[in-house]
Parts: sequence; structure tokens; C-alpha cells
Amino acid sequence: MARVNSLTVVRAVVAVLVAAAFVTALATGPIAIPLVVALLGAATYVPLKLRSSFSSEPDGPAKPDAISRRTAMKRLGLGGAAAAVPLAGLPVLAGQLPAAAEEEPAVGPSGRVRQWGMLIDLRRCDGCQSQGTAPQCTVACIEGHLVPEPMEWIEVYERELEGGGSQFLPTPCQQCQSPPCVNVCPVGATFSNPEGIVLIDQDRCIGCRMCMAACPYDRRFFNWGEPPVPPESILADYSIEHQVGAPMGTVMKCDFCPDMARAGTLPMCVSACPNDAIYYGDLEEDIATNGHDVVAFTEFMADNNSFRQKEDLGTQPRVHYIPGHGELVGRDKDVTGRFPTTWPWLERVKGSVTWSR
Amino acid sequence: MEPLTEMDSMEESDREWSDRLERRVLAPTQGSSRAFKFWIVGLATVMAWGFFAFYYQWRNGLYVTGMRDRISWGLYITSFVFFIGISHAGTLISAILRASNAGWRTPVTRIAEAITSVALISGALFVIVDMGRPDRLYHLFLNGNWQSPLMWDMLAITIYLTASVVYLYVPMIPDLAMFRDKLDGKVWKPQTWMYRTMAIGWNNNPRQRSALTKAIGILMLLIIPVAVSVHTVVSWIFAMTTRVSWDSTIFGVFFVAGAIYSGVATLVIVLAVMRKIYGLEEYITPTHFKYLAYLLATMALVMIYGNASEFITTGFKMTGEEAFAFRQLFVQDFAPIYWFYFFGGLVAPILIIAFRPTRNISGFVVASVLINIGMFFERYFIVVAGLRVPLMDYEPASYFPTWVEWSILACGVAGFLMLLTLFARFFPILAVWEMKEEHFERRREEKELVDLRVEQIQKELEAVK
Repeated sequence: MARVNSLTVVRAVVAVLVAAAFVTALATGPIAIPLVVALLGAATYVPLKLRSSFSSEPDGPAKPDAISRRTAMKRLGLGGAAAAVPLAGLPVLAGQLPAAAEEEPAVGPSGRVRQWGMLIDLRRCDGCQSQGTAPQCTVACIEGHLVPEPMEWIEVYERELEGGGSQFLPTPCQQCQSPPCVNVCPVGATFSNPEGIVLIDQDRCIGCRMCMAACPYDRRFFNWGEPPVPPESILADYSIEHQVGAPMGTVMKCDFCPDMARAGTLPMCVSACPNDAIYYGDLEEDIATNGHDVVAFTEFMADNNSFRQKEDLGTQPRVHYIPGHGELVGRDKDVTGRFPTTWPWLERVKGSVTWSR
Repeated sequence: MEPLTEMDSMEESDREWSDRLERRVLAPTQGSSRAFKFWIVGLATVMAWGFFAFYYQWRNGLYVTGMRDRISWGLYITSFVFFIGISHAGTLISAILRASNAGWRTPVTRIAEAITSVALISGALFVIVDMGRPDRLYHLFLNGNWQSPLMWDMLAITIYLTASVVYLYVPMIPDLAMFRDKLDGKVWKPQTWMYRTMAIGWNNNPRQRSALTKAIGILMLLIIPVAVSVHTVVSWIFAMTTRVSWDSTIFGVFFVAGAIYSGVATLVIVLAVMRKIYGLEEYITPTHFKYLAYLLATMALVMIYGNASEFITTGFKMTGEEAFAFRQLFVQDFAPIYWFYFFGGLVAPILIIAFRPTRNISGFVVASVLINIGMFFERYFIVVAGLRVPLMDYEPASYFPTWVEWSILACGVAGFLMLLTLFARFFPILAVWEMKEEHFERRREEKELVDLRVEQIQKELEAVK
């Protein structure tokens, strides 16, 4: 056996370390790229997060955060590279990039991309007490999206009011413009699309549930087992904007129905509301409708002292609320409780199981 | 120092000491006892059961665990944090004490470094077990999102793992060469081949020695920041969210302190066991345990201070959901495990170490077992209690691990012990060459002192004459 001298030992150590460095650069290229990208990511993300939290403008027609972040990336020469280079293996803030091919974003009359938003008038929401049914928004969403039990993508919470009584709070995914879930997803499976909607690519989701830990609104749901959906869901085509046939081990949530909006239809929850409490519209064109009335989005919000849930967290939701407890539709605030949601499927996909949240 | 000439000038007693040390370290390679075989088979059985549980989970989804939407992490993430914590044993003992030139560390470094590598492997696997779609792991490589704390984690842990394996291996080269020379023809052929390959031609010449010293020096300094970063980043999985009990600036520091604490406790247990089994009483002495125990007591005080800093500052203001978090931790659901952690895992070890009647190896082992149980509980209530605080208007969820989770945890522990056992069976568990070096250094100093004294006496005698 050949005797190896000391230099070889040093070289071997160095070689092992360098090899280790390359392996730990996740086999994607030189270690410098991910590190530089991580630093640049932090350098762009933190100031923008600060800037957006100090901005006095409500999100309204203002440029949404996701876009401005992208512009900032471009300024740093990152965005351009991200657009030009096919990104297989180059980890450039994948969370900012669409996980898979999707539809072209809807464009308003001004030529600008539509920014979908929602306004829920709590004065008109009685939790469907008057209907004697489970909240119709939840029911319609479940039936329209074949939502597995026990997920309520739009869930009607009952909150105690100061001074007694309760109010109902229909809560879909809040479509944050600074979404904590998107920031923490390790594979960029959940992302903000150009219309400002947070979507999930279930072909990419690894099921780590980091987003569920990060979401401050409890609006993310996990397919713990083979999800209890009706057999016909197998026939529907999956798309990121139309999540059916929920695969086991992935996360799901309200997708804000951008496909329907683009086709000129209101989301299921909006059209199903018997009291027309939910408005859906475009913040860019500043217009929203509940199916009957058309309102100027920002003016209607300002006139009625709208608020957003957990505003202090700086998540900048796209779902706004007008305070109230169903008084416009004759609800007695002291009558508490609502009917529980049920899932109507008589038949379920074979081998599926149910669970509770 | 010229080691070869040192060997030549060795006195009879030194030669005997050195031979005895080598015999002790070589002993485990000489075959397996009956008890050893039973131990291995037992561990393998537990692991096989754990693999079955994982297969069952793979087929049926995480549905078979106790986790659900509102408490979406449980025993797996707890174990992940716990094992990554244990891995800090090696770095602290080995790198920090090496850097500060603490002589007493030499006999315990090898075992500490082995614990590090083995605990990291066990810990990292728990993340994969926790994933809903482990089959899609490759997305982390293809589509990694560097904004995510989980990616920071993956980067930090893989770097730490490679670094600590290298750091385990490099100082072992001279000892592997010793194994190669002494065991040639006495053990299984592939085993000899392994020692020969791993010793990469070490023949103890001065150039090799200086290269080795340099390499160890560089590694030692590199690995300390890596180790600190690892547990900081692990804590950031939690601290980067907006949940009340996680959204805390102290988390990184606190996790690193907790990691060192449970890591050293694990080291005490493993050392005590190996000392008994392999008869290392001569080398791993009560003094070593005493030093480690003092380190434990110090870390326990740091942990108590950390608890005070965290809970007094948040509890004084009691903003938002903080009241709920406090109630469930101190008086409701999590109170038993919190107070066990506090009194059993922090206060009791300090008392055991402080009072003379219990200040012995058995006392330290009891303290260390308490510490590890306490720290596991701490990780558990950090993860589960943090998730349990309701985010919206719903009834707080509950969580209890199922048999699948317990089985996989048992498998992780068994795997940890298995790897450690195999390491002790096939590799040098003491840093023989470093111990020899120190021994001869000491002998030479003694000799110089004696010579000096003799000279003095002679001078005095001459003066008298």
C-alpha cells in the first residue's frame, strides 16, 4: 500500500469538505448561488415587508405587494434572470414563481391585471339562522368544489360581541398580500398569482404543513387520509385553480375561484348567499358585486368602516368586512348558534376515510 | 514533539500503560458477546416494528397519527427537535473544549462526536416521516424556496451532518491506522480492508501529524458556528410564524442552550454505560463526570434564566392570546409536563449536582435521565401547546400520539442506539493517539521536573562540600 504524505491528508480533507459543500448546496449548483439568493431574498424581503407595513394606503387600487416585490427583484437583476432562465434546479425564490402553467390573468378595461378582492357585509349575515340550514355559502362551496369532509373552505365562525350576543363571521382564505404561508413553503407549492390570489399546486406540495403552522387564520386543510370526496370528482380535471380529487398528504384551501371570475361568474359562496352579504370584485377597477348590487369597492369600504381580520399581523388580507351582526336582515343578536355543516355525498371514493379537524 | 523517538525512549511503565490502553480500545473488535447479540437483535426488532408502522402510515396517510388540522405537528417534530438538540453534545465537548484547550476533554471527545453524527441522522429522518408526501422530497432540490425556514434548516442540517462526520473521521485517522496495524489478519477481511482504506496511509510521520493538527484546528473553528446556526434555524421554524407562544426573539438562543443541555446529559449517560461495558474506568474517571455535571448545572441555570426572561416579559403584558397560552401551560392541559420539566428537568439536576451525597456518577446519570425526559417534554409542549392556542373562534383541539407515532419514535431511539453500538463495536471509542500524546507530555514534564530537582540537589550538595 502506497504511503500517503501529509499534504494528501490535507487535500483529502479539503476535497471532502468541498464535496460536502456541493452536496449541501442541494446538488443544484455552486453553493454561492443559493447563499447569495438567500441573502438577496432576505435583503429584498425584509425592507419590503417593513415598507408595506408602514404604507398608509389600504391595498385598494394601489399596486399590490406581490407585484412590487417582483419589481424589486427585477431591480436587483433577479427577476429578469428568473424570467429568462429555465429554472430547473436553480432555486430563485420559487415562492414567487407560479408552480405550474396556469391561465392567463384576467385583465380589466384599463388594461391592468385584475386584483380580486372580497367584502363581507356582516350586517347582512345571520349565519343562515333564518334559513334553518347550515350557512349556504359553506354548503355551496362544498358542493361546487367537492370539498372533502371536514374542510370548510369558507367557515362561518360565531364570535361573541362585546356587551352580549354574537356575530357571524364567514371566513374564506383571507388571500393575504403578504402571505405568511407563501413565505414559509419550502418548495414554492403555494404562491401568489398575478391577480393577488394565493394558490396551491397539489402536484408539488410535499405535505410538510409548514404553511398550516404559519397561517394565522386557520384556513388551511390537510388531506390526512384518502379524502372523502364523491366518486365523480375523479372525472373532473385537476388544475391549480380548480382543486378536485384532492390527493392524500397535501394541503388544500379556498382558491377564491379565479377561473369562475375570469369566465364572468361569481364564486359559489357569493351567489349562494340568500342575504347577498358577500361582495366580490376587482380592486384594480374598483368595482364589486354581490350578484344584485354593484358598488365602488373602496368607497363602499370607506363609507362603512370596513376592517380586516388580524390587521395587526401585517398580512394585508384581500377579504374585508363591514362590522355588524345580521341587523339588516332582522337577526336577533342574542339568538346564538348555527346549524352544523354536513357533507352531502351518498357515495364516497373507495377507501376514503373521514376525520374531524 | 517527535513521537517516534518518544516511543523509543519510553520507559517500561509507560509502555505498559500504552499497551493496556490499546488493548482496551481494541477489545470490542474481538468478537461479540452473547449479551451484545441479544441487544442488537432487540434493537433490530424494535426498528423492524417501527418500519412496519411507517409502512402502515405510508399506505394510509398521516390519518393514522393523532395529528389533525389544528394541531398539525406532534411527536415527530418534537423528536426531530429533540434529536437535533442531542447532536450538540459532540460539538460543545469536542470543539469548544478543544478550542479552549481544556485537557480533560480528550478521553470523552470521540464518544461525544459519535453521538453528534448519529443523533443528526436520527433527527433528520423524523422530518421525512412527518411529511405527507415523502415521495416528493426531490422538490426540495428542484424547487427549493429560499424564503422558507425549512430550507434554511435543510441547508444547516446537511452542512452540520457532513461537517460533523468529517470532524468525527479526521481525528480518528491515527487510531484507524492503529487498528489497521494491530488487527491485520485478526478480524474479518472486509473489516481490515475498511481500516486500511479509512486510515488513508497514515504512518505517523511528522508531516502527516502537522497536517492533521492543522486540519483539526480548521474544522474545530468551522464547526462551532455551524452548530450554533443549526439549532437557531430549527427554532426559527416556529419563531418565523405569528403564533403567540412561538413568535419570540429568544427562541434561537433558548433552543441552542437547550440543545447543549440535553446533548451533554446524553453524553453523560452514554459515557457511563460505555465505561461499564468496555471497562474504561481508568480513562473516563469520576473527574470527567464531575466536570460534565458542572457544565450541566450551569446550563440548567441558563435554562431557568431563559424561562424567566421569556415568561415574565410576555406574562407581565399578557397581550392577545397570551393568557390562553399561559393558562394551558401552567395550570391546565400541559401543566403536568411543564412542571415536570421545570422541577424534574431543571431544578432537580442542579440539586443532585450541588449536594455532596448525590455528587457521584450514579447521581449524574439519574440527573441526566431526568434532564432528557424534561427536555423531551419541553420540545413537546413548545410544539403542541404552541399549535393548540386557537387562532379563530373554535374550541381548542386536542392531540395524543397514536401507536404509529410511538412506534416510529421507538424506532428512532432504537436506531440511534443501534448506530452508536455499531460504532463502538467497530471503531476506536477513545482518542488513543491524543491520550497517548497527553500522557507522554505529562510524563516528560514530570521527568523535567525531577531532573531539575536532581540538578538543584546536586548543586546544593556541592555547595555544602
